[in-house]
Amino acid sequence: MNDVSVTDRPGAKAPAHRRIAYRHRLPTRIWHWINAITVIVMLMSGLMILNAHPRLYWGAYGANFDHAWLAFHGRPFPGWATIPSTYNLAAARRWHLAFAWVLVAGLVLFLAVSLWNRHVQRDLAPTADQLKPDHIWQDIRAHARLRFPTGEAALKYNILQKLSYVATIFLLIPLMILTGLTMSPAIDAAWPWLLDLFGGRQSARSIHFLTAAAILLFIIVHLVMVVLAGPINEITSMITGRFRVPPERARE
Amino acid sequence: MITRRRFIAVGATGVLAGCDRLNNSQAFRGMLRSAEGLTMRAQRLVSPRDALAREYSEADLSPIFRSNGTSMPGTDAYAKHLAEDFANWRVVVDGLVARPLSIPIQTLRSMPHRVQITRHDCVEGWSAIGKWHGVPLSNVLDAARLSPRARYIVFHCADRFGDKPYYESIDLIDALHPQTILAVGLNDHLLPVPNGAPVRLRVERQLGYKHAKYIERIQAVESLAPVYGGKGGYWEDTTDYEWYAGI
Repeated sequence: MNDVSVTDRPGAKAPAHRRIAYRHRLPTRIWHWINAITVIVMLMSGLMILNAHPRLYWGAYGANFDHAWLAFHGRPFPGWATIPSTYNLAAARRWHLAFAWVLVAGLVLFLAVSLWNRHVQRDLAPTADQLKPDHIWQDIRAHARLRFPTGEAALKYNILQKLSYVATIFLLIPLMILTGLTMSPAIDAAWPWLLDLFGGRQSARSIHFLTAAAILLFIIVHLVMVVLAGPINEITSMITGRFRVPPERARE
Repeated sequence: MITRRRFIAVGATGVLAGCDRLNNSQAFRGMLRSAEGLTMRAQRLVSPRDALAREYSEADLSPIFRSNGTSMPGTDAYAKHLAEDFANWRVVVDGLVARPLSIPIQTLRSMPHRVQITRHDCVEGWSAIGKWHGVPLSNVLDAARLSPRARYIVFHCADRFGDKPYYESIDLIDALHPQTILAVGLNDHLLPVPNGAPVRLRVERQLGYKHAKYIERIQAVESLAPVYGGKGGYWEDTTDYEWYAGI
């Protein structure tokens, strides 16, 4: 959560429960909202592209006569889940391949800025203590009981948050981009190692789909957590950067 | 009172309607379309000019190589050619060339061949691996002596979609690429009708719809604007597929 934690507002002797902290820096907020749009567009236009041939294979080749590990009939994804809402492969590709550039540029810029201002090292990287199984187990229990951190602890990412953000930023989004590129016959000629990395073009297409499903799962869990943790405060903090710190819980 | 479910449903419908409205906006579509040029320049930047598409082994061949688009051109003229076993099929090479040609299919079949086992990637998402036998397009263009003004090669096909003839076009980077061939054979047999008999294009670094089938005429041009709808291909003109289909 925290890019920087700032102490109480200057000059105000605010009571503890009104303490406001600066939690998300501008690059983080900009990237968050650009991605909120971009990733949704990618998922929905991607489903329309999958509508064109809703069968997935492993290996280099795969078409109607070959064995599919996942096969739907007709155009399986309904209009409310696709861009555009009526079948149109050409338009879906225009959306998908244009927003792909936004996704790539956003990731590259965010990583460059966040390594430079040490957001990655300071806020995202798990500490050695956090990685101890005991601590992870404790955090899982805290999440299961919906006991969210309060006070100073609410200004730092907990370990499950860190792991899911790190997995999304450093694994899922790069996987989406690389498997997407592996589906390009031109890129395969320039960078044939991509085909070896993913085990062929149709395997890359399957991994592209599975990774998209993982990103969708991340979004759903992320939204549920925002709602449970207090949506107004959470969303405000991602717009303005300022977060109302939940007061310390009385000791049990 | 608005229930939460109704609120979400209305919200989602609004977002979708918004996307569809954007999709119908010429200005927005123009913006999306500009990504095609960016993609082409970026892909060309990272690709050596003659970077070869992967060539596979016989063991990798698709058991059945499916066809797509036209599987039988329905015209009387094509039916006559088919009845004659394509004995009188010719490929005309004209436009911006110093020496226009009209190549009998027998000549094309007996010219030196390149054999390549490559992967065909359809815009829809599927792939099939086939073994192609064909004449490098660059040899044909050399024989016709391409004018320095020529920038694109247009392929005119015998199949029709409704009343519209199929056609496609590529630029000289792809036209002169060593794997770009006029294929006359698939998997050690003469090209079957569904795959474009008697001759089709293979342009291995682009998607399937660029691989024109049933080729009757190869035309060198300076600009694609005067050719049919002006966007360089049947699908490009009619449904807004990208002219550059490298991804």
